[in-house]
Amino acid sequence: MEETKFTPQTWPDHPEQATMEGKNKFVGIWIFICSDIVLFASVFATYLSLKDKGPAGMEFSAAELYELPLAFVMTMLLLTSSLTSVFAMYHMKNYNFKGVQTWMIITVLLGLGFLGLEIYEFYHYVHIGFGYTQSAFSSAFFTLVGTHGLHVVIGLVWITCLIVRNARRGLNLYNAPKYYAASIYWHFIDVVWVFIFTVVYLMGVLG
Amino acid sequence: MGHGTEFRAKTKAQYQYDRHHNAVHMRKQVVNFAIMIFLTFLAFTVVVADFSPFFIKPLILLLAGIQVVLQLYSFMHMDDKKGHHIGVIQLFVWTGALIAFTFFITFLTIIWW
Amino acid sequence: MSSVAVAKKKGFGATVWDYLTTVDHKKLAVLYLVAGTLFFAIAGFEALLMRIQLMIPNNNFVSAGFFNELLTMHGTTMLFLAATPLLFAFMNAIVPLQIGARDVAFPFLNSLGFWLFFLGALFLHLSFFMGGAPDAGWTSYASLSLYSPGHGIDFYVLGLQISGAGTLISGINFIVTIITMRAPGMTFMRMPLFTWTSLISSTLILFAFPPLTVGLFLMLVDRMFGANFFNHTMGGNTIIWEHLFWIFGHPEVYILVLPAFGLFSEIIPVFARKRLFGYSSMVFATILIGFLGFMVWAHHMFTTGLGPTANAIFAVATMAIAVPTGMKVFNWILTIWGGSIKVTVPMLYALGFIPSFVAGGVTGVMQATAPLDYQLHDSYFIVAHFHYVIVGGIVTAIFGSFHFYWPIMFNRALSEKLGKWTFWIFFIGFHLTFFIQHFLGLMGMPRRVFTYQADQGWDLFNFISSIGALMMGVGVILLVTNIFMSIKSKPLNCRDYWGDGRSLEWALKTPVPFYNFKQTPLVRGFDPYWLEKHEGNKEGMTYAEPLGDIHMPNNSIIPLVISIGMFVAAFGALYHPDGVSWSIPVIVIGLGITVAAMITRSLKDDLGFHVHVDEILATEEELYGKGGNK
Repeated sequence: MEETKFTPQTWPDHPEQATMEGKNKFVGIWIFICSDIVLFASVFATYLSLKDKGPAGMEFSAAELYELPLAFVMTMLLLTSSLTSVFAMYHMKNYNFKGVQTWMIITVLLGLGFLGLEIYEFYHYVHIGFGYTQSAFSSAFFTLVGTHGLHVVIGLVWITCLIVRNARRGLNLYNAPKYYAASIYWHFIDVVWVFIFTVVYLMGVLG
Repeated sequence: MGHGTEFRAKTKAQYQYDRHHNAVHMRKQVVNFAIMIFLTFLAFTVVVADFSPFFIKPLILLLAGIQVVLQLYSFMHMDDKKGHHIGVIQLFVWTGALIAFTFFITFLTIIWW
Repeated sequence: MSSVAVAKKKGFGATVWDYLTTVDHKKLAVLYLVAGTLFFAIAGFEALLMRIQLMIPNNNFVSAGFFNELLTMHGTTMLFLAATPLLFAFMNAIVPLQIGARDVAFPFLNSLGFWLFFLGALFLHLSFFMGGAPDAGWTSYASLSLYSPGHGIDFYVLGLQISGAGTLISGINFIVTIITMRAPGMTFMRMPLFTWTSLISSTLILFAFPPLTVGLFLMLVDRMFGANFFNHTMGGNTIIWEHLFWIFGHPEVYILVLPAFGLFSEIIPVFARKRLFGYSSMVFATILIGFLGFMVWAHHMFTTGLGPTANAIFAVATMAIAVPTGMKVFNWILTIWGGSIKVTVPMLYALGFIPSFVAGGVTGVMQATAPLDYQLHDSYFIVAHFHYVIVGGIVTAIFGSFHFYWPIMFNRALSEKLGKWTFWIFFIGFHLTFFIQHFLGLMGMPRRVFTYQADQGWDLFNFISSIGALMMGVGVILLVTNIFMSIKSKPLNCRDYWGDGRSLEWALKTPVPFYNFKQTPLVRGFDPYWLEKHEGNKEGMTYAEPLGDIHMPNNSIIPLVISIGMFVAAFGALYHPDGVSWSIPVIVIGLGITVAAMITRSLKDDLGFHVHVDEILATEEELYGKGGNK
């Protein structure tokens, strides 16, 4: 439908699933997320079995290391970014391209904030001597949280590409599924973070 | 795109209905978001408030579970009956979750020193 | 070759470019087939070298170190780089035709999956020329592999990481294809069994490859970037590797064997000329095997010391798999039972498969008994068991399907006469090699040893086993000869080569045009082509739509570029522990190429193209003469 110009009246109810490609992308992103669930489960399980394990006389432990206020702020940023991408999808359904772009930009900004705090956190840990090679615990911690951070980076690059490339093209049935898939992926990053802040930070502080 | 995809203008009533439906749906999402924020607060609060770990651990795991279900079914629209093959997708997601669960169990029980 | 008419007009360079950029599932199937056969030959050659070394006691044909490299590369190559791509070749070639689709759901990803797999495989094999191949066994247990000198293990880790990513991508693609791209009327319970098993096996790939990715990543950072996951002095634990590897490794066996089951479930009804017995129980058994396959991985670790409780749970779960597998075996036997059997080469492989695979399955149940496994562990009994399953189950399926599907894939037929010779030589050689290894194992011969002392009662049996291996080698050479002969043979240009085809792929006239179906078919029941034939439909199918423009995807070189970027980055990572100054820049450049290619893909519109009705009619006339596909 390259040539078709839509109006809010002709815009279909489920624009992300109106074409065959859209349907494939919809199922595809979900199937990909299923494999990502198992990927994170493997890293998570490794972290749990290596928590607080290190060379004899290691001075770091989860209970003393983590700072809850920072984790709380990061959680709020990511949760809010999840809502803003829902807003973007709401505007997509109503064929309001400006709304889509605005809310997606806000999502990216919130994601960048999250990423900045995470980089600060990592930097802080390395600074006090808790580097990647310090112990099995440190390797596992950085791998788990870092894998999530990498997913955030990929999500940010993805959404930014979408915002930039479609800025002049406007909304159509070719790019609607792309926005939708990116937003599903972004929510999934939030789902993983819910487990990270609960299992790593909160339960880590409990010891 | 694939052929066989045709689009017709909606009637005015249909259009207004869809608009309204979308808005109502969006309000629901905001309520769900508020619930999620509240659950997060709760989780952090019980940890800071220093209750017994035997109480806190199951509670925050439960709260995390509720949050995840809310994300999946509300934000990610797994409850949307019109989603393409959404039933198959649900089956895949929960199978993945079950397999993930077995990883946790085994890595916590049969890895030892 | 599937679009012979179009290829004829092209020069050599244009044909190569066409294959480098293709997103057509039929051409990718050919690429998978060629690559898989190549690696199959390499790994088979490695096996022959090992058997020559073990032919007589105290042999020094190869050194101990080289023997370790051979056994590692034989296992790794056969499982990841030979069996998987060969099955992917058939999945690519047949599944879209069986479900009545014009292409897979993500043609671009299909091509990316192949190139990642191929360049990863190439990277792994470069190790032979660059300072030694991996030598810690295909399982590469961390306690051993962490301290393996040289770069062998690094090649293993990086090569499998890249090719594993490709396999995962292909798996996702097949799942989505089978879920969304089925023709109207092709409900889940009308899907041919090969499609079903491809779906379940892709699902296993989906859930099993991420743990492998994680395990390989942990090994990678441990060896190359100083992490401590498996280093016990720093708090690490090598058992994590064993778990992650077998969480992947056990489903991997089912990833390979389920499509093999599917292929036999296609072959047997055609040549028994009877509907597949117990279709719904076959589907149910496939799903059950897939699910149980995930819950049994620790039976590879009985002797690690998991404790009696864990051992008991995993032992019982393992034995439970025998039930759905048994269902399948009885269904195949009952399909043949009372049929009007035509013993062609594919059917010969199927008939040989049933007893061989059952033998392998029975020894599997023996090993599932944890106390007995303590006796059998790491002996030749294990070697005999898994070769019975893999050669008796998967390789026979692949060889049988070469003959069975060759007409569809290449519009040529393989020689039946030579095929029968191949079968008998290979089959007798196979049993000669591995049957006797059961007894070697029971007599106490450990696996993975490069030589043994004389006069322990092993000499004769080892000699017989090696003779069998040479026979298998002759069989494979005959098969390859057959393939080369078929290139010279006359094109078939026919429909339903075997005369008794049942599912949709046989309804197409060969050569299959690049858009597969000029009109999407309407599936009116199970075994749609059989149904149409019996109702006297000359065209072989009912159409769901009038003749119209067909939308097809564009070719693209980007998948190859993405894969090359990963390939380059892998070299940087490989030499990182040596402290060379260029390692990090090379990693950055490689990943930069990959990311840049991905962003290019993301920024460019790729809308595909339309084949118009007059072009369709012209193509049909060129392929089949006046009147087109009638």
